[in-house]
Amino acid sequence: MSRPGFVLEVDRSTPPILFHHGEGFRLEKLPTGSRVVYPAEPLTPLSDPDAAIRHALEHPVGDSEPLRALLRPGMKLTIAFDNEAVPLPPMTGPDNRQRVIEAVLELAAAAGVDDVVLVAAHGLHRRATEAELRHMLGDRVYDAFAPHGLLTQHDAEDHDNLIVVGQTAEGEYVEVNKRAATSDLLVYVNINLVAMDGGHKSTMTGLVSYRSLKHHHNVVGMQHSRSFMDPPRSELHNATWRMGRVLAQHCQVFQIETTLNSDTFPSQFAFLQKREWEWSLRDRASYLATAKSLDACPPALARKIMHGIKSPQKMTSVQAGEVEAVHRLTLAEVHRQHLVPVEGQADILTMGLPYIGPYNVNSIMNPLLVMCLGLGYFFNLYRGKPLVRQGGVVILSHPTRWEFHPVHHPSYIDFFEQVLSETTDPLEIEKKFEEDFANDPWYIHLYRNSYAYHGVHAFYMWYWGAHALQHVGGVIIVGGDPKAVRRMGFKPASTMRDALEMAEDVVGRDPSITHLHAPPILLADVT
Amino acid sequence: MRIPRAKFPLGAPTWPTPVPRPPVEADTGAAYDTAWARKFPARVARAMIVDDILRPVAHFLARPDVTGLDRLDDLDGPVIFVANHNSHLDTTLLLATIPERWRHKTVVAAAADYFFPTKVKGAISALAIGAIPMERNRVDRRSADLAAELLADGWSVVIFPEGGRSPDGWTTAFRGGAAYLALRVDRPVVPVHLEGTRKVWKRGEKLPTPMEKDSAVRVTFGAPMWPEKGESSRRFAARIEAAVATLADEQRTDWWQARKRAAAKTTPSLQGPEAGAWRRAWALEGQGRSPVTREWP
Repeated sequence: MSRPGFVLEVDRSTPPILFHHGEGFRLEKLPTGSRVVYPAEPLTPLSDPDAAIRHALEHPVGDSEPLRALLRPGMKLTIAFDNEAVPLPPMTGPDNRQRVIEAVLELAAAAGVDDVVLVAAHGLHRRATEAELRHMLGDRVYDAFAPHGLLTQHDAEDHDNLIVVGQTAEGEYVEVNKRAATSDLLVYVNINLVAMDGGHKSTMTGLVSYRSLKHHHNVVGMQHSRSFMDPPRSELHNATWRMGRVLAQHCQVFQIETTLNSDTFPSQFAFLQKREWEWSLRDRASYLATAKSLDACPPALARKIMHGIKSPQKMTSVQAGEVEAVHRLTLAEVHRQHLVPVEGQADILTMGLPYIGPYNVNSIMNPLLVMCLGLGYFFNLYRGKPLVRQGGVVILSHPTRWEFHPVHHPSYIDFFEQVLSETTDPLEIEKKFEEDFANDPWYIHLYRNSYAYHGVHAFYMWYWGAHALQHVGGVIIVGGDPKAVRRMGFKPASTMRDALEMAEDVVGRDPSITHLHAPPILLADVT
Repeated sequence: MRIPRAKFPLGAPTWPTPVPRPPVEADTGAAYDTAWARKFPARVARAMIVDDILRPVAHFLARPDVTGLDRLDDLDGPVIFVANHNSHLDTTLLLATIPERWRHKTVVAAAADYFFPTKVKGAISALAIGAIPMERNRVDRRSADLAAELLADGWSVVIFPEGGRSPDGWTTAFRGGAAYLALRVDRPVVPVHLEGTRKVWKRGEKLPTPMEKDSAVRVTFGAPMWPEKGESSRRFAARIEAAVATLADEQRTDWWQARKRAAAKTTPSLQGPEAGAWRRAWALEGQGRSPVTREWP
């Protein structure tokens, strides 16, 4: 049985604590009295996930008939699925999406449904490569659909294939993928890595246009999402729920959500998900060998090695049916794996950022993505109150190189050079620059025809951190490129000790410190 | 001089005081997993160890006289070899003299506390002699289950039912484990008597002393014994002990004498007289089991 997460109070006997540091790792001795929030160990996965999927399709939750009863000859069926941003790292095959989609297609074939189209719901993300699609869907599905043009990728700029299905009471337009919206049945296949994922957010980010996305992806919405890992207290989710209900009135959505355990790293990296005092001789040897060789590697090689990792995560639950009923069960399952009770906030929050985030799968973690991962995702891994107090300091550990993937993140480069050199205030950035980038024809061309993130996506990265920027009194990045760090308005530090001293200038002497020991992912339930 | 301890991660991590230590899940002693030692590569290695090292060593040290093997001619399948136990040499000698058709698919039930106290010692024992851990100080279902599984899987088992080497040269009472196993899996017991191994390597001595003449060490294999219908393990154990005693008698006298005494239930006990230590030692010497070799002058 897996042990729950817990909070360790550091004393003299506590060994140095592991920090992720991009493609490498650090062991840091935290001051006595610091607290370390450890994630729970991986839950026991489903013993027969395929049987569980079949059961979920036959026994849907909420106001929905079994999938078998919804399928009939001559109908128009669209199956949309989460893109490669989840899970992280990509899971060892077969991927949850492959298992679920194959089960859905089995039923569709038995019911004689001919008109079936698959849509990768990647919103404003880059298109997936063939290798990534094959990994997500498996060769059987890919080879059956892709050659016939029946495996498509959502294009938020293809206005001929978008349709406005309605408007919310708040005036939010719901402009979605036409094929999906005009189908007799839209089946959405999700992987719920964190509490933020799933529910109406799946369709309302993955299958909509920029015009619809900006209703919930905006600075004010992000600042009022406290946190966006806690959907009931997230303005981002409130907006997507409102908009998703409009879509649900327009076409029938059959949502299939799956959850994963936190078995994030393969056995050769077992030390990454063990508590340091339980490291065996083998773990210590693995750590030394891995850390030293990655440090010695050129960054590109280290990145290639680390991006080769496939996560052994396994399915812990699957539920299907009406979107909101499904998502309630999903959230409970995610909480079962991730929630760790924490009492009180700290003056300083430390985090070691890993090599991968949702937007750099098989790509470079550029400085904007570092900011997004640290102040967006990791800072928001809380329920109740942030782990750091208002006016406190966040210390991130990451190399933060001034380095961008020119194919995947072209608009990020210009954002970093042009926008951040002028201001780092999210509201000002949104007001002054967003529309220009969003409507830039070159970025649109690259998004549609190359493998580039949409022009506006760089802005969203900055907005993800808007709540943290508003909340904290300073951000320090340990080991980061000073120029890149300063460009974002943060302070660089060479060592953790330096960073803690610098933080004392902001929060005062003898600060309380909390370290978020992730990944594996956890969700701090702060009271 | 105290050697300074390497710092983590080169050295072992310290354990934070607030974190309670979990009960250590044993992976040594009776819990040591010997499955790897029965995989093909380990079996090949053991065959080489037994044939190329242990057998020559046993023959060099003991120069044994092996009798009774003809009693096993008609026997097939896994068996339980049961022998008295006087010396560390006994296992080696038995493995060296067991007919080849069993030799390389035989495990030795070895005291878990003595042969498997650490992983390294356990690994050496499992690899070299095919030892499996046997709990001798308390009842442990795992040991019996493992031995039964192995017998069912075609492996033969060597058991020294005394639970350890004799402290004084006389045999201690046989325990019921071998009999219980035979009843449980319905396989025969082959009684074996080992004579004279104590002279080569006595308990308490660090190194063995090679025998200078032939036939000072004798290995006698008895006829296979099947449990009788409805027989209890205690009764069967007593029969096995009596069979080993008869083999001992056969070594000292001859087969016919031994058979007659066995029929008359007058076979000398393996356990010696119930008397003080010196009288037991005296009686043992009188049997010629442990002659005192006086050094000059």
